[in-house]
Amino acid sequence: MFSSGRERNLRGCGLLLADAGGARCPPCAVGMGEFKVHRVRFFNYVPSGIRCVAYNNQSNRLAVSRTDGTVEIYNLSANYFQEKFFPGHESRATEALCWAKGQRLFSGGLNGEIIEYDLQALNIKYAMDAFGGPIWSMAVSPCGSQLLVGCEDGSVKLFQITPDKIQFERNFDRQKRSAVHKMLVDRQYMGVSKRKCIIWGVAFLSDGTVISVDSAGKVQFWDSATGTLVKNHLIANADVQSIAVSDQEDSFVVGTAEGTVFHFQLVSVTSNSSEKQWVRTKPFQHHTHDVRAVAHSPTALISGGTDTHLVIRPLMEKVEVKNYDAALRKITFPHRRLISCSKKRHLLLFQFAHHLELWRLGSTVATGKNGDTLPLSKDADHLLHLKTKGPENIICSCISPCGSWIAYSTTSRFFLYRLNYEHDNISLQRVSKMPAFLRSALQILFSEDSTKLFVASNQGSLHIIRLLEGSFKHLHTFQPQSGTVESMCLLAVSPDGNWLAASGTSAGVHVYNIKHLKLHCTVPAYNFPVTALAIAPSTNNLVIAHSDQQVFEYSIPDKQYTEWSRTIQKQGFHYLWLQRDTPITHISFHPKRPMHILLHDAYMFCIIDKSLPLPNDKTLLYNPLPPTNESDVIRRRTAHAFKISKIYKPLLFMDLLDERTLVAVERPLDDIIAQLPPPIKKKKFGT
Amino acid sequence: MVEEESVRVVRCGGSELNFRRAVFSADSKYIFCVSGDFVKVHSTATEECVHILQGHRNLVTGIQLNPNNHLQTFVVGLKLHALFTLPSAEDSVFVIINKEKPDVFQLVSVKLPKSSSQEIEAKELSFVLDYINQSPKCIAFGNEGEYVAAVRDFYLSVYFFKKKTTSRFTLSSSRNKKHAKNNFTCVACHPKEDCIATGHKDGKIRLWRNFDDDKKYTYTCLHWHHDMVMDLAFSVTGTSLLSGGRESVLVEWRDATEKNKEFLPRLGATIEHISVSPAGDLFCTSHSDNKIIVIHRNLEASAVIQGLVKDSNIFTGLMVDPRTKALVLNGKPGHLQFYSLQHDKQLYNLDIIQQEYINDYGLIQIELTKAAFGCYGNWLATVEQRQEKETELELQMKLWMYNKKTQGFVLNTKVNMPHEDHITALCFCNAEKFENPTLVTSSKDGHFKVWILTDDSDIYKKAVGWTCDFVGSYHKYQATNCCFSEDGSLLAVSFEEIVTIWDSETWELKCTFCQRAGKIRHLCFGRLTCSKYLLGATENGILCCWNLLSCALEWSAKLNVRVMEPDPNSENIAAISRSSVGSDLFVFKPSEPRPLYIQKNISREEVQWGVFVPRDVPESFTSEAYQWLNRSQFYFLTKSQSLLTFSTKSPEEKLTPTSKQLLAEESLPTTPFYFILGKHREQQDEKINEAFESELVQLPLTENIPAISELLHTPAHVLPSASFLCSKFVSSLLLSKETKSGEEIPEDVDMEEGKESDDSDEENDFTEKIQDTNNTDLGEDLLHQLSKSEEKELRKFRKVDYSWITVL
Repeated sequence: MFSSGRERNLRGCGLLLADAGGARCPPCAVGMGEFKVHRVRFFNYVPSGIRCVAYNNQSNRLAVSRTDGTVEIYNLSANYFQEKFFPGHESRATEALCWAKGQRLFSGGLNGEIIEYDLQALNIKYAMDAFGGPIWSMAVSPCGSQLLVGCEDGSVKLFQITPDKIQFERNFDRQKRSAVHKMLVDRQYMGVSKRKCIIWGVAFLSDGTVISVDSAGKVQFWDSATGTLVKNHLIANADVQSIAVSDQEDSFVVGTAEGTVFHFQLVSVTSNSSEKQWVRTKPFQHHTHDVRAVAHSPTALISGGTDTHLVIRPLMEKVEVKNYDAALRKITFPHRRLISCSKKRHLLLFQFAHHLELWRLGSTVATGKNGDTLPLSKDADHLLHLKTKGPENIICSCISPCGSWIAYSTTSRFFLYRLNYEHDNISLQRVSKMPAFLRSALQILFSEDSTKLFVASNQGSLHIIRLLEGSFKHLHTFQPQSGTVESMCLLAVSPDGNWLAASGTSAGVHVYNIKHLKLHCTVPAYNFPVTALAIAPSTNNLVIAHSDQQVFEYSIPDKQYTEWSRTIQKQGFHYLWLQRDTPITHISFHPKRPMHILLHDAYMFCIIDKSLPLPNDKTLLYNPLPPTNESDVIRRRTAHAFKISKIYKPLLFMDLLDERTLVAVERPLDDIIAQLPPPIKKKKFGT
Repeated sequence: MVEEESVRVVRCGGSELNFRRAVFSADSKYIFCVSGDFVKVHSTATEECVHILQGHRNLVTGIQLNPNNHLQTFVVGLKLHALFTLPSAEDSVFVIINKEKPDVFQLVSVKLPKSSSQEIEAKELSFVLDYINQSPKCIAFGNEGEYVAAVRDFYLSVYFFKKKTTSRFTLSSSRNKKHAKNNFTCVACHPKEDCIATGHKDGKIRLWRNFDDDKKYTYTCLHWHHDMVMDLAFSVTGTSLLSGGRESVLVEWRDATEKNKEFLPRLGATIEHISVSPAGDLFCTSHSDNKIIVIHRNLEASAVIQGLVKDSNIFTGLMVDPRTKALVLNGKPGHLQFYSLQHDKQLYNLDIIQQEYINDYGLIQIELTKAAFGCYGNWLATVEQRQEKETELELQMKLWMYNKKTQGFVLNTKVNMPHEDHITALCFCNAEKFENPTLVTSSKDGHFKVWILTDDSDIYKKAVGWTCDFVGSYHKYQATNCCFSEDGSLLAVSFEEIVTIWDSETWELKCTFCQRAGKIRHLCFGRLTCSKYLLGATENGILCCWNLLSCALEWSAKLNVRVMEPDPNSENIAAISRSSVGSDLFVFKPSEPRPLYIQKNISREEVQWGVFVPRDVPESFTSEAYQWLNRSQFYFLTKSQSLLTFSTKSPEEKLTPTSKQLLAEESLPTTPFYFILGKHREQQDEKINEAFESELVQLPLTENIPAISELLHTPAHVLPSASFLCSKFVSSLLLSKETKSGEEIPEDVDMEEGKESDDSDEENDFTEKIQDTNNTDLGEDLLHQLSKSEEKELRKFRKVDYSWITVL
């Protein structure tokens, strides 16, 4: 897609990027100077819309539920990293989400069940039917010990939260209409209903003010003692769908169906009087579609909606230092890999919520100079469309490097398939009789020679399975260390098959010796969660990327950080590197160049050349110099270890197929928006 | 005495009304606006100018009511750029002054010494804010003077008087498209709350709150204007915010919410200023076309105070409407404005082009280029043109007939492309002996055309229309000017360097004059005793006078004439020449090459147009040099469009007496009935004191009119019905003498009035008898001859609103 012949150049490593993407979807071989880049745009991934967001002040975490029932946990202290997720379920559309008693997360949905999530083991602790039909709203009493749910039949049910469960306590009077009011305090407020006007949300402030938002575009302030309207703000032509109040009750945020988020603040009328009034201050237009859910953290406004973006807009007046945290965040893609790749057969496996797609990359015989788009001699093939059985979403999937095994897992079942290639025909054979302990996996990985399968289960254990032609054999299970129940969600295996690294969300990275089937060492725990892991060939150095954009290199044989890693920690990363938005999701290595580390996040692809000097804050991190006509002296002077390319974005996956071929999977935002329902039409001035 | 006074150039009305925000009096009855060197006081109810405050010798730059004494106003001028007053700071005011550098302005507080004189010289200055914008729109005081907000470029500064601290809030000014127009343009403070509204170049309005905290400050945006916000004002209670700009729409933001806004559209021109009356019942907007609109609280425009429109280029020059004696020139785009010099007030706009004006930059508009009155104001000819490309000329001539019934001009004939090329001149034959109206147009296409009025009746209606009667040319030269002799017998048409004389009956070429001194720029015949002379001014700076009897050059002079205007009432001709230092005026008679009067340097700028306006009452200058001003007054318009004239007095001294009387009346609407009854009541109260007596002197002696005395002194139960009295009452107010030329009243009305005044003469006889009896009661000498000036005053009543009569 790059029409311009001048392409960004990853100099130093002599990496010339060129592009052969050609048309919109075709897979592609892309000449990249030294690399041909397959530019893939046929991954038709559309995230589901955000339904609810709930902010937990204690742990500074944000729970987000999507329309497919997925619940994601973002750690706002760790650069907004999506550290946990609970896979969705077709029948479990979440309509309400709330935190209680510190760190306990509850949700209610259309199936009428209240669900509590286990944030350690990453599974559902229990589901309990509220017996009131679909649950529309949910709230926790201020002390956190009682849970209220509003049900379809108009009843509001009160549950006592016990240490390991919830217990039904009492049922409040039924109302004729369904309880769409959010109950924030143990009190009911009879809505303000004009005909056909739906109250989408209510907030009850401690001074007795009730704030309602409704489908007529109004934000209304009521006196709860007298039931009278105090103030009316007409803010939108469409529905106002959500409201969230800050803990101090001096500010709240509402989201509208037009995609606008409005901030209201309680400001004093004059500087020397104590009288205060609610004033609409700033509108934010970061969404194109309905803002279904908003949350108010002490320092930021959080909104999410049908357009699938999670937007975190920091409040400048609350931010102490104008640093990275003061920037607007827009999170669209999951912070985990949905794509795996078979290097040998040039296959890509795409993971969707309810199916998998297997594609064979196209190929080209043409050659060209740097920047050329090469014509494809053979188009990409959609080889396989594998639908899951049952209502559960796929948690994880993997294709073996040789391309003959596919494994995926849902919450309750683990599937392993054997693929047979006969010329152009592919046959798929399911490996039956999976052992009972292999029920649910959080991460699946094949060894480099495709003879072993590593499965991280949600109990914290790691299973090693030897794969034979058409069958398997359970080799070993590493049990979690005593006292921890934390699940492993990231796995990495060394290319020689000797080492396996596994990481959970918070504790350190464990390295296991596969030959001896024992724990080799544990990399010291770091404050920020791990976002990607990989073990380098030959040196067996473990490269770890964290959500604060730090990269460590740890020598497994020496059980210590490498010299390079110490140097870079001493000197520190470039400030622009640390200010990047998205976490590193994949790390790989060049087979012939041991000094190179390849890694990428959603907006850049980087080759770290350990042989070159590290950049300091004064050097240009993103090398903007023109690729040619540059004297070698200047080049050498400006060359530094980080070679960054921002050509491909949003980049969901990038890996080296062989020494001279890269594959890049992009998912343009416009393509996602094109698949969403049309937004509310707004007249734009001058059109 | 008169001789001793020297004639000087004075600015005569037409000055900008929109220079600063207008100020309402405390009771909203009057509106003060700075206008050139004066302050004008208009009544908000009648639009009338009731008073002119003078005292400054240069531009007045600011006006404020004294907040502690509603009857006082402060006015500042020269070198002080704006003025602010605060109720809390009793004896000090704030002014904007210029520091040494030309673009650096300061806001300073000035302590006023206790003084009862009109002019105050203050020495005690204390500095408040530095580096501010010169415009008073960029300064606002809030919360009863606790803070002052000033905006400039991209920042807002707020100075807190108590804390003595300044907070500064800066908007992003980066070059990118989104923020490039973030500039602040104006500021207003909420009267009750700590809220500052700022207007911006991109049309946004920001409402700032919590600005006493550098960190927790916050603002809301209101965005409707698509172009720069010109001014902002809060209503008195602060519940609504008013904004205006280029869109010519007044926007009222209620409760400062974006969705709750009301509009008053189609105000005609860019809103420059908005002000709010202290009582809260009225707003007013000042517009770029020099008008002030008074608007009710419910957003209904109630009065328009229109000054001379100075928006466009003047192509038509200055003309005098023979009927109204109003000055006529280009007004609003596509309109001719009729401007009363006497009242310094626009009478009306005549829409000539009759097309929607699209206000867009770079659009080539239809221009009204020429206009001429003919036949005592019965006909008006206009020419409009639009030229987008060299070869595409759109030309249209329109002839308008005065309709006595509707008292306005009605389009009679429309001629598309009357000529092939630009029309250079247009003149009517105004001679009395010509029964058939004749119009001559000259054009660059080398022709002049004679148009006459012909019968255009058909079976449906009787009508008249204009047709071309004769086309003349001379050797394919461009016709540059044309002009009829006073008696209409000769037509002079100049073809570049040559002047041709044509017989207007046969359209024969009589003779030609050629001086080879460049193209003829101006051409005119002498008048009265000098009617045998023809004057021509050329581009090369030669003024020639030809004798038509001898067909020879009488005299010529070297004079670079820019404007040449003959006086219709005398032989005098005024010529304005342009030299390097300024413009000079020469007044001469064609018969003698020696000028009667010379005034050098009447204006530094180039004078573009001039005109003689006949006086209502002749002056009696005895000095020979000033005699030319006796019967007519000479007005001229400079390039910067200031209208100037020659006078010994300043114009406000000549202010019409009615307005002075109106000033005396504080509370009642100024109908004639008020003058009768209001005064009568006071008499009954027998409040005879000095003030009263002095008022009496100013007042017209209405009680001397017999019909009115009759009305007042007859017991109510024997009075005839009001409808019967009405006509008598009205006619009693009219003068019995026939006027020289009906001023604003058209001829036919004059005729009727003549009859009526005859009646009233009889009436007078009748009522005088009654008065005789009354005289004994009152013991006053009511048999008072109306002096000339009183007569004049009474004539003014005819212009006063009589509509109330119909209600009776």
